[in-house]
Amino acid sequence: MPVDVLIVDDSAAIRKILQRVLAQANLGVGKVFEAADGREALDAVKQQPVGLILSDINMPNMDGLQFLGELRSHDQWKHVPVLMISTEGSQTKVMEAVQLGAQGFVRKPFTADQIKEKLAGIL
Amino acid sequence: MPPEPDQGKVVAAICRATADVFSTMVGMKVQSLEVYRQPCKPEPANGVIGLIGLTGKWTGTGSVACTGELARKISGQFLMAEFPSVDQEVLDAMGEITNMIIGNFKNALEEEAGPMGMSIPMVVFGHNFMAGTTQSVDWVVVPFACGGERLEVKACLSQQSEQPARRRTMGIPGN
Repeated sequence: MPVDVLIVDDSAAIRKILQRVLAQANLGVGKVFEAADGREALDAVKQQPVGLILSDINMPNMDGLQFLGELRSHDQWKHVPVLMISTEGSQTKVMEAVQLGAQGFVRKPFTADQIKEKLAGIL
Repeated sequence: MPPEPDQGKVVAAICRATADVFSTMVGMKVQSLEVYRQPCKPEPANGVIGLIGLTGKWTGTGSVACTGELARKISGQFLMAEFPSVDQEVLDAMGEITNMIIGNFKNALEEEAGPMGMSIPMVVFGHNFMAGTTQSVDWVVVPFACGGERLEVKACLSQQSEQPARRRTMGIPGN
């Protein structure tokens, strides 16, 4: 069954690149939705359940870690896999994301293969 | 003048971050050119400038600048599209390029300086405008040859004072 995906990043360019990677990944991805920050992402998951989320960390209005915390505080979204994709390099931030329930972390800049490899491990 | 981070380390971090971003996601070669220092006073500028604020032990600004034409080439490679003019998509792409270069530069500084914060990028495009910061330290400028043109990645950083701010009172002697 195809997996619907939500891409959360304030950069339209990154959302476009990730759309292309998902389309070429051959991982059974269904519809792809987009949000420009954590607040929009929370509204999006309320409207449309998804099976996977790719999220940046540094975003206006609500950052990716706050969004992840909010997501995990709701039973219906507790188990949706989340892959964080960010320029953040500190171990502290990576550990914080993992402790909040992220399934993986990819640093920007990234290659398509790095994303596909992480997703293959998650899906 | 407030202390600045070691210039050699700043230049090395900028070179690594820029090469990494361009080889991984843009697919364009960049060749670093002679580094120079530039006073932080406003200078005339043309083209596209991406700016990001940095805070922490070192506070200041990072920037990525190039002509509009180079910005269109870089964005075209980044997004696998053609851009006949500098539009919102080009500005967004250059904002993300700035975010990744300065973000990875910040990661390198954090190895010695501890956690640092970074703002959301701002991108400006225009002709004959002035750009500068309120800091008193010089920019460290690392120019790169790229796509037959010149890209400049700059940082101006100074150490945050550890002294508490003095309370000012108006005209009351002895305070």
